[in-house]
Amino acid sequence: MSWIATTVREIWGLFVEDGSFAAAIALWLLAAAVVLPAAHVPVQWRGPALALGLAAILIENVRRSARR
Amino acid sequence: MIDWAHAGTPIVASFLASLVEFVEALTIVLAVGTVRGWRPAIAGAIGGAAFLTVVVALFGPAVGRVPLHYLQMVIGTLLLFFGLRWLRKAVLRTAGVLTMHDEEAIYRRETAALRSGGTAEHAKTDWVAVAATFKAVLLEGLEVVFIVLATGAVGHMLVPASLGAAAAGVVVIGCGIAVHRPLARVPENALKWAVGLLLSAFGAFWLGEGLGYRWPGEDLAVPGLVAMLLAASWVGVALASQARGAAAGASSSAGAAG
Repeated sequence: MSWIATTVREIWGLFVEDGSFAAAIALWLLAAAVVLPAAHVPVQWRGPALALGLAAILIENVRRSARR
Repeated sequence: MIDWAHAGTPIVASFLASLVEFVEALTIVLAVGTVRGWRPAIAGAIGGAAFLTVVVALFGPAVGRVPLHYLQMVIGTLLLFFGLRWLRKAVLRTAGVLTMHDEEAIYRRETAALRSGGTAEHAKTDWVAVAATFKAVLLEGLEVVFIVLATGAVGHMLVPASLGAAAAGVVVIGCGIAVHRPLARVPENALKWAVGLLLSAFGAFWLGEGLGYRWPGEDLAVPGLVAMLLAASWVGVALASQARGAAAGASSSAGAAG
């Protein structure tokens, strides 16, 4: 059964490597799905807002990773 | 009916992303074949490919039955996690924070590990060798399947995306047979950077479509997303290089003082 656990771990690893990075992305995607519409952000601005948030998460994470 | 005018992007994205995966699988197959013998190495590889084919045949048609906006949201989300992970790693490698992916080093490590496991000269079948290549082809192949589905499922582009992946397989296997060594000269980090950009941009675009966003320029928003993430990557490389330099300077000062 250990090969199943290994396979599951490997598949998980395709999408999540740095936990804080994945968590930040997940939170931002949740915000994009729930908070942006609730805040009545115009639909044509939600896409750019989503992208800007992801870019900021990437920059913050690589900067923090370099300091470790 | 396939819109071949729009097929270029899924073909290219699928080809480039699959190229990286096939190169990684090839390294393992070459290591196993060199140390433990080609028969078990190829048997394991064929077994892995066959298993994957069955999985795709069983579950692939189900993808077409999922309502489009759910498909866009799920695939968009998965693509974002997958693509941004590759992008993050490419940025950190370029900034020198992580070491570059070295297929030769992986090949040496794998052959050493396989040699230390002992040879199976008197056994009928070297199951260690079969399992090693089966696992490598299965896991790298799963990534190829995901890439093909992710780049092709939403826009009815599964055939072009599959063709891109198949072409990558033919190129890598052909080079592997010709060269008989790990394809260490493939600019893997540059490829992962490019693929990370493409997959992340597609992921954001489809997630947005699934959530009902109205992208400025519609399909033209994808190149805009690529450009934005590329700019963010460059900023990330600059800041990470700076932070790495500052951290190295601080630790050498601490070492000199102590």
